[in-house]
Amino acid sequence: MSIAIRNVSKQFGTFAALRDVSFDVRPGELVALLGPSGCGKTTLLRIVAGLESPDAGAVLFDGEDATSRQVGERRVGFVFQHYALFRHMTVFENVAFGLRVRPRAHRPSNASIREKVTNLLKLVQLDYLGDRYPSQLSGGQRQRVALARALAVEPKVLLLDEPFGALDAKVRQELRRWLRRLHEEIKLTSVFVTHDQEEALELADRIVIMNEGRVEQDASPTEVFEHPASPFVMNFLGNVNIFHGRVEQGRALLGPLAVDYPEHASAVSQPAAGYARPHELEVARADSGNGLWAILEIANVAGAIVKLELLDDGRRQLQVEVARDHYDALNPKIGERLYVRPRKIRVFVG
Amino acid sequence: MAHVQTGRTRDPRKGLTEPAAVRWALTVIALVFLTLFLAIPLAAVFTEAFRHGWTAYAAAVREPDALAALTLTLTAAAIAVPANLIFGVCAAWAIGKFQFRGKPLLITLIDLPFAVSPVISGLVFVLLFGRQGVLGPWLADHDIRIIFAVPGIVLATIFVSFPFVAREIIPVMEAAGSQEEEAARVLGASGFQTFFRVTLPNIKWGLLYGVILCNARAMGEFGAVSVVSGHIRGLTNTLPLHVEILYNEYQFQAAFAVASLLALLAVVTLVAKTIVEYRERRSHEPAHEGAPA
Repeated sequence: MSIAIRNVSKQFGTFAALRDVSFDVRPGELVALLGPSGCGKTTLLRIVAGLESPDAGAVLFDGEDATSRQVGERRVGFVFQHYALFRHMTVFENVAFGLRVRPRAHRPSNASIREKVTNLLKLVQLDYLGDRYPSQLSGGQRQRVALARALAVEPKVLLLDEPFGALDAKVRQELRRWLRRLHEEIKLTSVFVTHDQEEALELADRIVIMNEGRVEQDASPTEVFEHPASPFVMNFLGNVNIFHGRVEQGRALLGPLAVDYPEHASAVSQPAAGYARPHELEVARADSGNGLWAILEIANVAGAIVKLELLDDGRRQLQVEVARDHYDALNPKIGERLYVRPRKIRVFVG
Repeated sequence: MAHVQTGRTRDPRKGLTEPAAVRWALTVIALVFLTLFLAIPLAAVFTEAFRHGWTAYAAAVREPDALAALTLTLTAAAIAVPANLIFGVCAAWAIGKFQFRGKPLLITLIDLPFAVSPVISGLVFVLLFGRQGVLGPWLADHDIRIIFAVPGIVLATIFVSFPFVAREIIPVMEAAGSQEEEAARVLGASGFQTFFRVTLPNIKWGLLYGVILCNARAMGEFGAVSVVSGHIRGLTNTLPLHVEILYNEYQFQAAFAVASLLALLAVVTLVAKTIVEYRERRSHEPAHEGAPA
């Protein structure tokens, strides 16, 4: 099923949680809603589920307006951040709940409920835990029970609120991969909310980046990473080095750096900033042009990537990531003056 | 669990507990106090009740006015407890699950019966429904008697025992939050199904505990009921009022016999309360520890 979000706004008191948000989710797609806390992503997810109603705008399922449809009629599966498992029910009964509460006419027989729940528990690899209570499970197991429970009602859309937020790093990694495989298997239209850019980049087919109730960018993971639409996106998706300056006559003059900027051909100067990620800077001993000299302060050599921190003459801190081989070949000393040159720099005016 | 062995097992709380003498002194003080103020009076009630033997006791208890008082007490409790159960759940639901303006005011109002003296709450009903009261003339015109009649006693009982159920389940509901209810709604459950299958099981022990306390208060209430009752023997006398009348007439043995009935009801209530508390604790502790991930 496809989802269309059209000009949705939502206000809580004086706080505007969502301002005129629109985007589409194509059938079978796995979309990430990414943004810092308070950006409105969870509110949007709850509006799609029908747990909140928008002040303005509409939510369309397969082109049909679902805004006034009741939660229970929307056929959505919702996985809550803290799972919201029914604590007085066993794992089995949790998963069976959605089937047991159906009106008598549509309720499957006990035998078929049993079969279906058992299959779902197998799908999430928990069939051996059916008679346990939620309090007896680990976080990762609870998460999978919540997913099985959401899938039991055969939803047309799966919505997940910070699905891995409450788990430790290792379990999170495993579940992430597992969810990716599961999505490829069942091809259910899914939207998940996260504040973790790595999670979004790894898992999603498409990322909708939100900030202060607005959509900043809606594109594929490669696209948002390589061609961020705004300084916010650039900043949010990882560490950046910022070079302030101005643009005029098709050139961006950013302190010691100068790059072509044909988008601004006018002679009128405007403030601008250049952004480069740590891995887009390279260090050398020789001046190769269009770079700057800086003193090596810290070198963090643990891992395949070496993280360097340098200070330039203007006391600006620079973060650089270089491959281990390159670092070993260069073998710089702490306190040494090195030439830093950006291979790539993105300029945003304003 | 990997404990570092240090020769002998040490009590991890050791450094935090008081010296033995202090512990003993505190225990003894508590026990002496309990004996003096609770155990001895309770024993006295039963000794006095049986002072003239079983026959005299049975006669006092089977006396028609005593039976009428018992019936009235049970009737008032039978109306007040279910009413407060429903009101309490509604109020707790509203407070625990929703945000709205005036919520602190509602919480304060629920506590009102705890805060005012029962005699005053009885007087309020007299001022409202009594002959000279605000609604008095209208009630007289329609031949409805509330004060000095059973409805007044039931109203006063409801008033004084109102907070117990709500007070017990508000914290339980607030702690549980509304996510489980939301999950149930998303899974297609109706409002009724959500309440009976998700909310109620989560609050059941708190609810039962509140009902027991509410019942104890409803049966034992004296002040408020005394004001609105009018003390008409066989008609508007509850057990506590009947005890007082007998005592004032120097029928000590009968007074204590009837009082022993109330004491028995209290003991039953306490036993029920203990069982509920035990079950409640059990239901919060999983049978075994969670498996590793």
